[in-house]
Amino acid sequence: MPRHGGDKYRAFAAAEEPLMRHVLSALVQNVPGVLAQISGMLASRGFNIESLAVGETEDPKLSRMTFVVRGDDRVLDQVGKQLEKVVTVVKVIDISAQDFVERDLMLIKVAAKLGSRGEIRELTDIFRGRIVDVGANEVMIEISGQERKINSFIELIRPFGIVELVRTGRIAMVRSTGRLRDDKDGGDENEPPAMRKS
Amino acid sequence: MPEIVTGADVVVQSIINHGVDIIFAYPGGASMPLHQALTRYKDRLRTVLPRHEQGGGFAAQGFARSTGKPGVCMATSGPGATNLVTAVADAKMDSVPLVAITGQVKTKVIGTDAFQETPIVEVCRGITKHSYLVTRVDNLARVMREAFHIATTGRPGPVLVDVPKDVQEAKVAPDYNVPMDLPGYRVATLRAKPEQLAQVAAAIKLARRPVIYAGGGVITSGGSRELCEFVRKTGIPITMTVMGLGGFPAYDPLCLQMLGMHGTVYANYAVDECDLLLALGVRFDDRVTGKLAEFAKGAKIVHIDVDASEINKNKPAHFPIVSDVRYALAELNKIVQPPADISDWIKKIERWRQADPMHYDEDYPGILPQHAISELSRLTKDRETIVTVGVGQHQMWTAQFFKFQRPRTFLSSSGLGTMGFGLPAAMGAQAANPGKLVIDIDGDGSFLMNVQELASCYCEKLPVKVMLLNNQHLGMVVQWEDRFHQGNRAHTYLGPIDHPEAVGKGNGVGNQERYPDFVTIAKGFGCGSGLVREKGDLIDALGEMIAYDGPYLLDVEVPYQEHVLPMIPSGMTVKDLIKG
Repeated sequence: MPRHGGDKYRAFAAAEEPLMRHVLSALVQNVPGVLAQISGMLASRGFNIESLAVGETEDPKLSRMTFVVRGDDRVLDQVGKQLEKVVTVVKVIDISAQDFVERDLMLIKVAAKLGSRGEIRELTDIFRGRIVDVGANEVMIEISGQERKINSFIELIRPFGIVELVRTGRIAMVRSTGRLRDDKDGGDENEPPAMRKS
Repeated sequence: MPEIVTGADVVVQSIINHGVDIIFAYPGGASMPLHQALTRYKDRLRTVLPRHEQGGGFAAQGFARSTGKPGVCMATSGPGATNLVTAVADAKMDSVPLVAITGQVKTKVIGTDAFQETPIVEVCRGITKHSYLVTRVDNLARVMREAFHIATTGRPGPVLVDVPKDVQEAKVAPDYNVPMDLPGYRVATLRAKPEQLAQVAAAIKLARRPVIYAGGGVITSGGSRELCEFVRKTGIPITMTVMGLGGFPAYDPLCLQMLGMHGTVYANYAVDECDLLLALGVRFDDRVTGKLAEFAKGAKIVHIDVDASEINKNKPAHFPIVSDVRYALAELNKIVQPPADISDWIKKIERWRQADPMHYDEDYPGILPQHAISELSRLTKDRETIVTVGVGQHQMWTAQFFKFQRPRTFLSSSGLGTMGFGLPAAMGAQAANPGKLVIDIDGDGSFLMNVQELASCYCEKLPVKVMLLNNQHLGMVVQWEDRFHQGNRAHTYLGPIDHPEAVGKGNGVGNQERYPDFVTIAKGFGCGSGLVREKGDLIDALGEMIAYDGPYLLDVEVPYQEHVLPMIPSGMTVKDLIKG
């Protein structure tokens, strides 16, 4: 089992069978130390967390943590059970087994020399992003959506020069049952039509 | 209207409210208010002063392991707290209900690197079941209630409560019945479902070569009686882990004794060939299974454990059941029928037992450790006896040759494997069980690690006996050196470095000048002591030890060349078993 560290993890993943990506949602008590408790447990047992987002919920006594974990069924089973065992964890669900909506928010600062701003703006529009700050030589863009949309945007904007980038980590919520939809893949209504990479 | 008291009073009263009558506590600057409070409740709560916080932690474990009640230890902030860490980690590994209370620097100076400040909650995060830093005195009664609840329910474990000095001193009107706030902690549901147990009963009926593999969960759940009934009803042979010893009487013909790395040949063969493995309150530890893929390879596995995360962790179970083991056995006993016919299987196991019984060289002229343990077991057979051990060869020999008949009579640091466990654990067990004979069977390496507790045994009038199997070496490491490192001695001789034994030379049982002089050490602490070298003197020496009124150390001179056998080398399989 790899420890934290992206490169090591990717090497591991490449050598082994492709590992399933899971989104776990944990409801935890909003008490001091709960984040340390959970991240410490995950680290000490060698689980690799790709993303972790935490925030308050509608109930001020509870927080919601959303994890993205890659692993086979056995790893996932253990992560879930070990999380359940933490006293401050109220409930854990593997929401990737259900129909869910997933979002990631990114702020990205891009070098924008004279002449390239138009193109950056066009790209931002296509991805339903917003330019939230403009400086002399750079612009800050806010963009949210599914992980792959964000990743596509990053790749497309990279040639302009990424100055700084920050992401919230994935948050997710299970859809209401019985709702009629047509975007089958848990899709992103904001997804632009032309984002497929060749 | 409840009385106004200090935070320290709330802590002490909470301990009493949870049925605990002995605490092992070593004072210091940040825990002085707690100790002052302890004196106010001394008619209801005895405070035993250990001579090192680690000793206090293990004494609390001895109390807990021998009674099933939560053990409580207390230390001051900083070094006092960090000295508890090993005992806390040990309690986590062996699922011992322990409440560790530490003093902390005043809330105002937390985080400033104040004198004797350590973030002990952070230090202990991964080795406790749960931990608290109490920053408001109003929360203290609730936290204490939660701490005992968490420590003792489900899979028991250690809970740390860190109490800053100003919180100990603050005034409060406590409500000891305040509701707990544990929305994420549920234990009421940990019961096997009837349909799961019906499936197990059906599997037992069909089994031709079933074996029970019982562990600490049987003892922790209080399920020994249910286990005995289950064996009596089904006639299924049973083997136990180190933690499980005592859960089923060793003299029963269906008892195959211990399994695993140093288990009996017949137990390991039986597990290897079984077609149904009933794993009860166990965790498929590497010292039991060796190579996981080969362990009980042909068997259907029933795994019953109270901790859901143990199920399928190391070995996938065909019948995974999250349940209190006692409950599951009690329910199973109502419906279970014996397997159709396992007489051939029982005969086969008996043949294995006849071919490779547990043995040692009974003609050896000196005293072999196995012999000393066997004799002690025989001499104490009809007395209520609790045995504690350190870690190493003497621990395994005790597990192999001492016949445990009742649960909670063998206290061993099994998961963490902490040297120095034996004496303080015996001290705690003796305090909790004043009428019983409590014997620490120890090695000279382990014993020296907490030797200071002889002072506590003497001063607190705890008549613990120590049978010291003194081979002047770290025997288990020596054994591995002999087996895997061509006998190269790497700091495993415990005498002076100019003795030939330090580099693996010398002969016989070891240097005649023994070091240190344990007999004199024990005397210096005020304890009785004796030395035995000749085999013919052993029985009398043991008799003298047992009869002594007060703590006593018997230094038994044993050779260091003995190996613990049988042995399945680490990570290997029953095919690699060394019989010896």
